[in-house]
Amino acid sequence: MGPSYVPLSYYLLLSGFLFACGVAGFLIKRNIITIFMSIELMLNGVNLSFVAFAAHWHALAGQVFVFFVMVVAAAEAAVGLAIIISVYRTRETLNVDQVNLLKL
Amino acid sequence: MNFHLILFLAFGAVCVGGAINLLAQRHPINSALSLIAVMAALAGEYLLLGAEFVAAVQVIVYAGAIMVLFVFVIMLLNAGEEEHTMGSRVALLLGVPGMLTGSVLMAWVTLHGSGTESVAIGALPGHPTDIAQLLFHDFLLPFEVTSVLILIAIMGAVVLASTPEASAGKAN
Repeated sequence: MGPSYVPLSYYLLLSGFLFACGVAGFLIKRNIITIFMSIELMLNGVNLSFVAFAAHWHALAGQVFVFFVMVVAAAEAAVGLAIIISVYRTRETLNVDQVNLLKL
Repeated sequence: MNFHLILFLAFGAVCVGGAINLLAQRHPINSALSLIAVMAALAGEYLLLGAEFVAAVQVIVYAGAIMVLFVFVIMLLNAGEEEHTMGSRVALLLGVPGMLTGSVLMAWVTLHGSGTESVAIGALPGHPTDIAQLLFHDFLLPFEVTSVLILIAIMGAVVLASTPEASAGKAN
């Protein structure tokens, strides 16, 4: 039994689909936490294409970049959720349609 | 139909189903749980690509730490079902065709651009030793800069999440 293959384009398709779902969620969803989760979904889609290209071109630097994306995502999640908590404290709502003023 | 392709399709089906479920669910906790399923299935895809370290970090950091933070905040704020307004219906009408167009475009470009090129499963050793060699040698400066970024993020999160009364009480 020889080496088995999965075409690179399959990985890119899955990655593109995840990214598109993230964009759609960002546009459709009204809950600020779900919008934030859609951003995480987009980051995951991009990570998949990083790893797929790293395997395709035999360049480990792609995997190191995924590591950096994860670190930035973690920092972003911590700060973003803190902002969500402080928005909820002042407005008592998580609906982005009702958060339309920069300052109360 | 080889074994790796079957595994790829199985993990990919979980990814696609989880992503669609994230969009379909109204309650944020359901969306969070389906996002965890997507991340766990993506870790499987990374293993298929030979990236063991990235798969482990995906499970520990993404599915573990970040999503636990999300679930904590959802429970802390007691987030309920989202109510739909006129604006969100306009966004739905624009968002779904946009997603479909984007998906079809990307499918066309990737299927026509890359031809029959293939990824050999497990051909690339994503061993932690090799990753560490790159991370602490070639990418040493970005690595140190990210540690500063994390520090600033921690301080920002503490400042933003603390109540004004609590910080004023500490100052006095």
